Parts: sequence; C-alpha cells; structure tokens
Amino acid sequence: MVKRIVVGAHYGLRDWLVQRVTAVIMVLYTLLVLFLVLLFHPHQSAEWATLGHWRPLRIATFLFLLSLCWHGWVGMRDIFMDYVKPVGLRLGLQVAVILTLMAEMVWAAEILWGS
Amino acid sequence: MKFSIYRYNPEKDERPYMQDVEVELLPTDRMLLDAILRIKAQDDSLGLRKSCREGVCGSDGMNINGRNGLACITPLKGLAEPVVLRPLPGLPVIRDLIVDMTQFFKQYNSIKPYLETTSPPPQKERLQSPEDREELNGLYECILCACCSTACPSFWWNPDKFLGPAALLQAYRFIADTRDENTRERLDDLEDPYRLFRCHTIMSCADVCPKELNPTAAIGKIKTQMVKRMV
Repeated sequence: MVKRIVVGAHYGLRDWLVQRVTAVIMVLYTLLVLFLVLLFHPHQSAEWATLGHWRPLRIATFLFLLSLCWHGWVGMRDIFMDYVKPVGLRLGLQVAVILTLMAEMVWAAEILWGS
Repeated sequence: MKFSIYRYNPEKDERPYMQDVEVELLPTDRMLLDAILRIKAQDDSLGLRKSCREGVCGSDGMNINGRNGLACITPLKGLAEPVVLRPLPGLPVIRDLIVDMTQFFKQYNSIKPYLETTSPPPQKERLQSPEDREELNGLYECILCACCSTACPSFWWNPDKFLGPAALLQAYRFIADTRDENTRERLDDLEDPYRLFRCHTIMSCADVCPKELNPTAAIGKIKTQMVKRMV
C-alpha cells in the first residue's frame, strides 16, 4: 500500500469543545455537592443516603459521571494519538477504553438507581 | 569562557558527542554568536547556520542551555557555564548545530502563506482599515526560526501531521487578514484532530519565541473562529 500522510478527520473542534464543556459541568457539580454538604452537614450514613436519594442530585451525579467519562475518553484518545503509533494497537486501546468507560457508566447507574 | 557543544558529522562520527571547548573572548564580544564565531575560528569544522547576526533572518536558532533561542541576540552575560549548545530538538541533524528544516517548511507551506482572493482586483490595491491592520500585529513579525515549533512536545511526537506553532501562527495571520477571501477553506483545512488540535496549550512556544510573539494566543483565536462558525 502507498505510504502517505493522511489527515482531515473533521472532528477536532467537536472533541476540543466537549472537553471544555464537560470540565465546566464537573466544576459545577463539585460546587453543588460542596454547597449541599455545607448546608446539611451529613454525618451518619443514613443522612448521606437521604441526600443521595434526592432525585435531582441523582440525575446531577449521573450527568457528572457521564461528563467524567466523556472527558476521560477525549483525554485518553489524545494520549494514544501522541504516543501509540501502530494503528491497530491504537484502535485496540481505544476500543478497550470505550468498553471500560461504558461498563463504568452501567455500574454507576446500578449504584444510583439500584435497590 | 567554557562551552559544551553537540558535535556530529555523519560522514565521520558513529554517534553524536559533546565537545568541551574553551575560548578567549574580547570585550567587544557581547552576544553568543560572537563567541561561537571565535570558536569556529579555532576549529572551522564546527557547523552552524548564521546570516544577519541581528535577530532578523532566523538562521541561528539553537538550543542554548536547554532553551531554544537565537545565538545572535542571546547576551553572553548571564549564561551559565559551561554553555551547553545543541541543535534545535526534534528535527533531524545534518551536522553539528545544523538541522534539516524540510518538515518545518512543509508544514508552513501547507497553510498557504499568501493572500487568496476570488473577487476581481481593484484598480489600485486592496485596502484595509487601520483597525483591521492592527489585528496582524504580533503575527506578521514571525521570522520562521523554528525555535517555537521545535520546543513543542506535540510537534516532537507528530511533526508529520501537527502543523506546529509557527505554521499555526501564520495560519491565523491569513485568517485574520481582512483582504483574504478564503477563510472558510482555511478553517476547514485546520479542523482536524492532528493539524490544529494536537496543540494542548503547553505554551513552550510563547515561552521561547525570540520575537516575543504568542502562537498559543493565535491558536486560541483560530479555535474561537471555529466555535463561532459551529454554534
């Protein structure tokens, strides 16, 4: 096969923007949790559980974790693009990261909405 | 004054080595290039590029005590001894302090560093308001010495795909120029995970630029244009 430098996959801006937006979401969530902890002073496990069962916070937590995973995906792919040159190995690592992050999201949903 | 200089002649040497050199300076020797030329007078096998000797041509870019800069405008006063001189990092070495800049200029050429117009040329010239011209300050002064691109880790890892700070600064210079009529294609060409978005805002480029330009800021402005276009 002809050896040619190929570029032009038009997704650079989207991922760069995603990384910034997800970072802002994570900061906002951290501030929200800090605010709630300062407001309610949960000490016992039961008090934490009450706070954790509040639906808006559950949804916010899920969105936070989703942002964390998406942010992590963009970052991990950046590392692979910089340091892992063989295309097959890079694709394999990318698939491994995607599967791990997806599994973690399912696990997070189980914890948040499980019994 | 003591120096430790990277030496490599591929026709003779099996591998590069550092050579310790001591040279007697005259009171008129103010800049690093003056000292290097004294060393070259002692040993004319030392290879380096230089031309204007006043920070305009950008020929004598090198790594000076671990930091990229131009030898001709680096004062000898204040340099820690022995002064360690190496070629610009990340580019293939031709000999001693001379590097092969082909890759660097290939990236520069790829951004089409010239005005592109589609409208018929006016009778006299394409005019610009003073405010529009102002935007080109801090962009047009680049002398293509490659100090910034060769200080950029992203350029070290992907010199064939990532444009590097020097080419990106010039890319913005033509995006910012109100006389250019090809902005859409220019932005399309940069919207790529490699060409532009390998920049992780490390800012070594702005740190080392001998002309005190800020490629990171120009890259930020390109991204802003892209976001404006998308949202």
